[in-house]
Parts: sequence; structure tokens; C-alpha cells
Amino acid sequence: MTSPPDRAVSTGNAVSTGNAVATGNAVATGNAVSTRTAGPARNTALAQAGPGSLRFAGSWARAVAGTSYVPMEIAEVEQFLLTLTEKLAAALLAEPFRSCPGYEVGTALVDAHFTGVETLGRTVSVLGERLLAELGLETRGDGEPDELRSRLAVLQGSFAEGFADALRSRTLDEQEAIRHAVLVTREEAERALRASEARFRAVFADAAIGIGIGDLAGNILDVNQSLSDMLGYPVEELCRHSATDFVHPDDAPEVWQLYAQLVAGERDHFRSEKRYFRKDGAVLWTDLTVSLIRDDSGEPRYMVAMFEDISERHSLQNRLHHQAMHDPLTHLPNRSLFFERLSRIFAEAPEHTRLGLCYLDLDGFKVVNDALGHDIGDQLLVTVADRLKACAADGGHLLARMGGDEFVVLVEDSQGTGQVVAVADRLLRCLDQPIRIGGHDLAVSASIGVVEREIRTSSSADVMQAADITLYWAKSDGKSRWALFDSERNDREVARYTLSAALPSALDRGEFEVEYQPLVRFSDGSLVGVEALVRWRHPTYGRLSPDRFISLAEETGLIVPLGRWVLREACREARRWQDMSPDRRFFVSVNLAVRQSRDPALVSDVTAILEETGLEPGRLQLELTESAIMGTADEALAVLHTLSDKGIRIAIDDFGTGYSNLAYLRHLPVHSLKIAGSFIEGLRSSEDGDPVDRQIVGALVSLAHALDLDVTAEGVETFVQAERLKVIGCDAGQGWLFARPAPASAIDALLAPGFTFPIRPEYP
Amino acid sequence: MHWLERPDWAPGEIDLERPSVARVYDYYLGGSHNFAVDRQLAQRAIRLMPDLPLIMQANRAFLRRAVRFLLAAGVRQFLDIGSGIPTVGNVHEIVHASDPDAPVVYVDSDPVAVAHSRAILEGNRSATVVQCDLRDPRALFGDPALRAALDLSQPVGVLMIAVLHFVPDSDDPAGVVGRLYDEIAPGSYLALTHATADGDQANARAVGELYAQSPSPLVLRSRAEVSALFKGFSPIDPGIVFLPVWRPESERDSHAHEAERFSGYAGVGLRT
Ligand SMILES: C[S@@+](CC[C@H](N)C(=O)[O-])C[C@H]1O[C@@H](n2cnc3c(N)ncnc32)[C@H](O)[C@@H]1O
Repeated sequence: MTSPPDRAVSTGNAVSTGNAVATGNAVATGNAVSTRTAGPARNTALAQAGPGSLRFAGSWARAVAGTSYVPMEIAEVEQFLLTLTEKLAAALLAEPFRSCPGYEVGTALVDAHFTGVETLGRTVSVLGERLLAELGLETRGDGEPDELRSRLAVLQGSFAEGFADALRSRTLDEQEAIRHAVLVTREEAERALRASEARFRAVFADAAIGIGIGDLAGNILDVNQSLSDMLGYPVEELCRHSATDFVHPDDAPEVWQLYAQLVAGERDHFRSEKRYFRKDGAVLWTDLTVSLIRDDSGEPRYMVAMFEDISERHSLQNRLHHQAMHDPLTHLPNRSLFFERLSRIFAEAPEHTRLGLCYLDLDGFKVVNDALGHDIGDQLLVTVADRLKACAADGGHLLARMGGDEFVVLVEDSQGTGQVVAVADRLLRCLDQPIRIGGHDLAVSASIGVVEREIRTSSSADVMQAADITLYWAKSDGKSRWALFDSERNDREVARYTLSAALPSALDRGEFEVEYQPLVRFSDGSLVGVEALVRWRHPTYGRLSPDRFISLAEETGLIVPLGRWVLREACREARRWQDMSPDRRFFVSVNLAVRQSRDPALVSDVTAILEETGLEPGRLQLELTESAIMGTADEALAVLHTLSDKGIRIAIDDFGTGYSNLAYLRHLPVHSLKIAGSFIEGLRSSEDGDPVDRQIVGALVSLAHALDLDVTAEGVETFVQAERLKVIGCDAGQGWLFARPAPASAIDALLAPGFTFPIRPEYP
Repeated sequence: MHWLERPDWAPGEIDLERPSVARVYDYYLGGSHNFAVDRQLAQRAIRLMPDLPLIMQANRAFLRRAVRFLLAAGVRQFLDIGSGIPTVGNVHEIVHASDPDAPVVYVDSDPVAVAHSRAILEGNRSATVVQCDLRDPRALFGDPALRAALDLSQPVGVLMIAVLHFVPDSDDPAGVVGRLYDEIAPGSYLALTHATADGDQANARAVGELYAQSPSPLVLRSRAEVSALFKGFSPIDPGIVFLPVWRPESERDSHAHEAERFSGYAGVGLRT
């Protein structure tokens, strides 16, 4: 604080008092001022003021108007300044003269918030220019004005000093106040921050979830105990790591994309399920939430990652999934897993991808199971599974248990049939060594259906069906082998299947018919009988010969009703022919399938049909194949005897193709042999006939005749054959040379008396 | 832990590197509650618009007249939103001069202004300070100190003096006032002033541009836009007018011939 001027030394006390007021609470002081000016008393004061003071106060108010903000209207300002004017007027004239009222007026202005520097300048000016004049003091005696002028100058100086002093105090006070406010605010902010940090610390430290904080470069800055426990690393060690050290090979690619977006500030958080390797190598599944922390200007600064350990849930899920996808006995993938994989290949692999399947089924497993019990059976399956697995794993192929004793090996990205067949070979070989279980050495073998193809030509259902069929082929081809899928064979079988499915209704619908092919005696060309041949007028395939459907009918069992129907048809026609030429020895020859020959109702059926049609038994011949007759058990043989005893002729069809025990033949009730067309073929032409065939046929004929059997040659197509057969001594022949099979009505003409077939070419 | 996000409930950071409109305003009024950054902004603004200190004085003078008007109208509790840094002629001084028990609540979002107000008002049982952003009326009217001080079932004199021009349209100032309308009892008043470019176009816009770079951009609104803020309130005579013209105490105070120089509208509305 500056010292008051010399002439005011005596007023020192008053100055300090004024100063003391000014240095009080600035606002409170201002308040005191404004309250003072706002009171009703001011009007009285105004009224008492002299007109000169009033005029000066007006000039003063105009001079300082707008220089500072004061909480007063202009009238209030004038009133305020009037008080000060009077104080100054009093000071001018006071004896002794003291300068301190000038100082006090200066501080009073600042206290009223006349804080603008312009207020100071203008006040000093207006005081100098107008105060004496307005107060009417300029006109006093000589010398007096000089004395007043110098008093005014001192008051002006003192006023300026008071104003500056007060303003400086006020400024300093206000600066201190505002800095204090800043300080308080900062402290409060820091306290709040500390509180929030403490809260966060508490949450961070005690949370059950793992929390980690990292910078944008991925450096881990801090982690809580839970995270350290979860990952099995001490806190300090984790802090030396980077987030990217925790890439797991099976991470979904989007996790790291999301992470990159977060670091780039393109997103503020993401959530994902992610795996971590614990320090001990175990896998930790987490539900991970990562949030980006930005600074006040919005720039990304840190990341906070929160980890919930969901390993438990995952291992349960995995266990359930594993259970659903694996076979509990062998622990191999089950059919669900296999089909999932297979359909994924068809759905996702490029279309030129090839794949192979080995569909494997143990041979005779049921026998093991039945004979040794399920326990042994199960143990066997486990051992087989282990061996197959080792073998499949070699090539990196998937092995699955499809159920029971069926397994499948999936060869993904197959290089061709060869590769898959090689796999099948290895699979079969790995079962070569007998398996020892519970003291039994069990020899096991398997059959395998192999399919290999490009995926775009197929579907998973197709492939499985093909594998199934092929496995069946391997079985039916003799087991302990693999079969490769062959589409032509498949097509044939499909056609066969279609036919066999249509067979039963075909009989009901009358789609079958019987044709007859003449049997001609070589000695005179006369007709000795006809062979009844069944035909199927199939609605889509047209006329089918017996070789297309008889074996099917045998398989399905339909052969019995079909055979019965043919027999009845043939007997009806033969009865007609019997009536046409009752004196002629003439028979109809009807084939009996193996199954029919073993049908217990055969005798009664035949007897009934003969009775029903009225055909003489001697006019019926039944043809059986060599194997049907030779392999016959005793009862069946008895049946043949019964039939033969009734006078029915028995012929052996296709003789020579089986392995007949010729010695046995003599004990059979057989009347005739029919030599298979294949032998007759060797007698076809004059030049290149097969001498061996000729000898065989000759031997057969001799043998037959020795046993008192007559012989018919089938498939006679040329006169050369006919000539040779005649020379050999064969009794009768059948074939296109004489006639093709024809409807019954066509035979009628051949029965006309005197009709004969030419045996030699008839040259005109 | 330096990486922490500041929780919502912590006071905002005090950034002395950036000007604060509360302190800049104090400077215009001749106060020293300000720092170099504040004075720089204020001085640049004054260079663009030399009338600014006068305009601020007129704004502050309106505040006083409005409070006196409300007192005369019988209002006995006051809510001063965007109260700033207490200098002279504060609401509580005006109010308590006629009724020392009438509660006054000051609200500001500037933490320093709030801290300073608290220091000034320490021990004054009829004045309360609340730190709150007016753009969050739910928080404002939910503030326990405010609710303890004011009886919202009785009329309140609400002051929003020189504050709504710091609220951009995107923060829906009309919605904020609407919420306020819903909270206060019939018989309450709203007094507000608002910066405009309707009068001294070029200079006001220049100041607007200057403030646009500050932390508190200034939104100059037209008379119609300011009227819209009064939606629901019935206007008190003389309606929305330039600052000095609103019920001047004398002919000389009104600056009637050059009122538009003051670039600010004032008005008082009654909540019926
Ligand atoms: C120009 S001052 C006005 C002070 C006082 N009302 C007057 O007119 O004398 C504006 C005040 O509004 C405050 N303010 C600005 N935006 C605000 C907001 N969104 N919420 C609360 N106060 C705000 C500022 O902190 C500042 O103190």
C-alpha cells in the first residue's frame, strides 16, 4: 500500500479506516453501499443538499455513466454521487484541511463497483473542471481560489490514491477469491475422482469377473486378481504381456476384427466368446467384453476388458455335444457326426472335390454275439474299432461307428478310386490277426462297400445309398472283401428290383402268358411234345423272357403261385390237344423251379390240376434242373417218385452244366435228359464244330441210353446240328430250326396227322 | 489410476486453458474474477463490438428490474439458472433487501462459478447453490438441495438471464423450458434475456463467430425464436423487447432511441 501524500499525514488514521472498510468482503461492502443508496432516507438527503452539489453530482453522474457496472439506476447513481460531492465540498472548506475525505471518496466509488479505470479518469477531470465552479467557490477573494485550487488538487490526488488502492485491493481480493474457487473445485474434483477410483479399485480388486486394462498398442497395464487367477499368471507377469499374445488358434476371425475396430476408435465396445490358453496350457472359455476409454477430447486412450469364465458352461456344452456326436462304446464319432461332416462337404467343398467312403460291416458278427454273449460282442467291437481307427487315422480319415457292427471311413479330398480301394484293403488287412477276448481267439473279417466320386455328381444321400448297396454286393459276392460301386451293376439291380416289385400284381393282372416250343423227333421229324415257356407282357418293358424274371420270382417266392398258374395253363392246353389227337403220344413239358420242387404242396397241386383239367398224367413232363434234382433231400426225392409213379414224366433240364453224380442218376425216377444248348452250339457248323462238345454230347447220349433215358437237345438251330445229333443218336431236338415258342393255338396245326418237321434242308 | 473414465457424478475438470463464459461475463462487468484466457476472449469480443460492456450492464440492470418486479408481484422464492459468478447486484442481494427470508437458489454448470458462489454465500441460510446443467431438467428439479429450498407448489421467480443463448437447438432449449413450465406452480414467472443479431447485425454475428470457437458457442436468436421459448407463458408488458426498454426506471435508463444497439432481448412471462 502506498503512503498517503505529505499533506495528509495527519489524516493517516482516517485513511486506514477507509481502507479497512474497503478490504472487507468486496461483495458485502458493495451490498452495504447499494443498501445504503436504496433506502428511503436518500430522498431526505437529496432534499437537504445544496443546489451546487446537486448540479455537480449530475455532471459527475453523466461523466461516469456506463464506465462501470453498478447495481443502480441513473437516479440512484446521482444520489450516491451527491453524498460524495457533499463530502468533498465539506473537505474543501474544512479547517484544518485534511485530504483523507478525497481518499475515502475514491474507495467509496470502487466499493460501489465503479471499478472501470475510465471512472477514475473522468472523475478526476470532472472534479478539476467543474467542482469549484458548480459549488460557486471560484468567485471568493483573491488568493482564496488559489488556496481552494490547491486543496482540490490534493483532494484529487488523494481521491485517485483511494480509488487505486481500493481497486487494487478489490482486484487482488477477487483474484484470490476466484483462485480459491478454482482450488476448491479442483480439490472437489480430485476427491470425487479419488472416491470413484476407490470405488473402482474396490470393484476392480474384488470383482469375480476378470478385468484387464490395456493401452491401444495392446500392452496390458493392469489386471485384477480374478483375471490373474483365471489365466493362471501372476499379475506382474500378465502386465508384461500384450493382448495379442492371447490369440487362440480357434478364435473366431471377427474377434480380432472387432478388436482392430475398437483400437481404431470405430466402435466403443464389443462382446464375444473367446478362448484363452491358461499358463498351464488348459483352455479357458470367456465371455469377453472390451470397452474403449476415450480422453476428454474423445481420442481413444485405453481399453478395459472384462472376462467372465464360462469354461464350465462350455465344457458341459462340449461334453453334451461330444456325447451327442460320439458312440459311448467305442468312443468313435457316431452317425450324427459322420452325417454332419458329410453334409458339410456337400454344402461347402468346391464342386470338383472328390470323396470316398468305405462302408464296413463285420462278417458273421451276429454269430459271435449269439454264441459268446453281448459282453464278448461288445469287447470285440471295441477292439475292432481300435484297429480300424489306427488304420483310418494313418491316412487322416474320419472313422465313425454307424451302429451295430457297421463302421464307415470317410476319405475327404479323395485322389481317386485307387486311393479309396487302398484304404479298404488296409482296413481288411488290419482285421487279419484274430482277436483274443476272454480266452477266445476270434477270427474276424469284414465286407466293405467302396464308393468314390466327385461330389457335384452326387448328394450325401446318394453316396450313402451307393455305399449300402455296394456293401451288400461285397457280402453277396462272398464276404471278407470289398466291392467297388459299379453304376451299371447298380442299374441292373435297380431294374431287377423294379421288376420283382411288380411281379405279384402282374400275376393278378394277368400279365403272364404261356408259349409252347415243339420237341421234334430226329428219326422222323414228328412232334413229340412241347415245352411250356412263360412270358411276361410287362406294361413298360414289353415281352420279357423267363431268364429276366424267373430268378426274381424264385427270390421273392412268387415262383410257387406263378409256377402253379403255368402248370394249370399248360395242362389245360394239353388237355385240348389230348382231345384233338387222343391216340398220339404227345406231352407238354413244364419247368419246375427249385423252390417249387421243394414245395410240400407240389404233389397235391399237380394231382389237383391233372384232375381238374382231365389231362392224362403221361402227357405231362416236369423239367427240373440238375441241381434241383441232385441236391434233393430224401423227402423231395420221395415226391419225385410219387409223381413218377403216377405216370408223370420227369426230365432233367440243362443237363451237363451241373456237377451231376452220374452214378446217382440211375436211382432217380427220371425219364429224360435235356442237353444244355451250350453243348449243342459246338455242333453248329460242318467246318469248325468243337470235337470235344461232340464227344461230350455223344457220351451223354450213350450214358442216357444206358440208363434207359431218352435225350432231347436244346438250342438246335441248324441242319448241321440236327444231322449230327441224329447221327449221335439223340432222340429229339428243340430249337429255332424247328420252331420258336408260339401261342397254344399255333401248336394245333402241328398236330395235324402226317405233319412232320424237316430234318434236312429241303432243296427244291 | 490414470486411465479411468470420470464418473458422471464427479465435478467436471477445471480447465484454465479455456475461457469460461461466467468469468468472461465478470470481466465485461468490470470484475476481476477472471484469468488471462477469459480476458483475452473478452477483449477480442470488445474490439469487435465496443458496446459489449454496456450491453452487459444493461443485461445485469434488467436482472435487477425483473427481480424487483417479481418481488412487487409477490413472488417470494427465486431460482436463478445460469447464475454465473456473483459480482455486485446479485439476486439474493436484491431479494433479501426486501425479504431476508425469501429463498434464492442459484444454479450453474460451471464448477468454478459454483464454488465461488458457495464461498460468497457461506452462512447465508436463504441462499442455496446447485451445480447442474440446465439441459438436464430432470436432474435439476430432482436436486435435493433445490427441493429443500423451494416449495414448488408455490409460485417461483425463475431467471434464465443470458444463459439460453448457450444452449444450441440440438439440445432443445424450448423443451428444457417446457419441462420447467411443467415443474413450476401457476403464478410463477420466467424472466429471461437472450442474445440476438436482430439489432446490431454485423457486430453481433462477429461476436457469435468468435464464441463459436470457444467452449461455449453463442446462439443468436431472433425475436420470434425467443418468443417461442416462452411457449405457454403469458407475456408481461411490454413483452419481448430490447434489454433497456423493459420497464426502465427512468426515461434516461431506457436508451429508447438506440435500444437495438443492445443486441439482447428481455422478457418476463407468467405461468398461468
Ligand atoms: C453470461 S452468464 C450470465 C450470468 C447471470 N445469469 C447474469 O445474467 O448476470 C452465463 C452463465 O450461464 C452458465 N451456463 C451456461 N450454460 C449453462 C448450462 N447449460 N447449464 C447451467 N448453466 C449454464 C455459465 O456458466 C454462466 O455462468
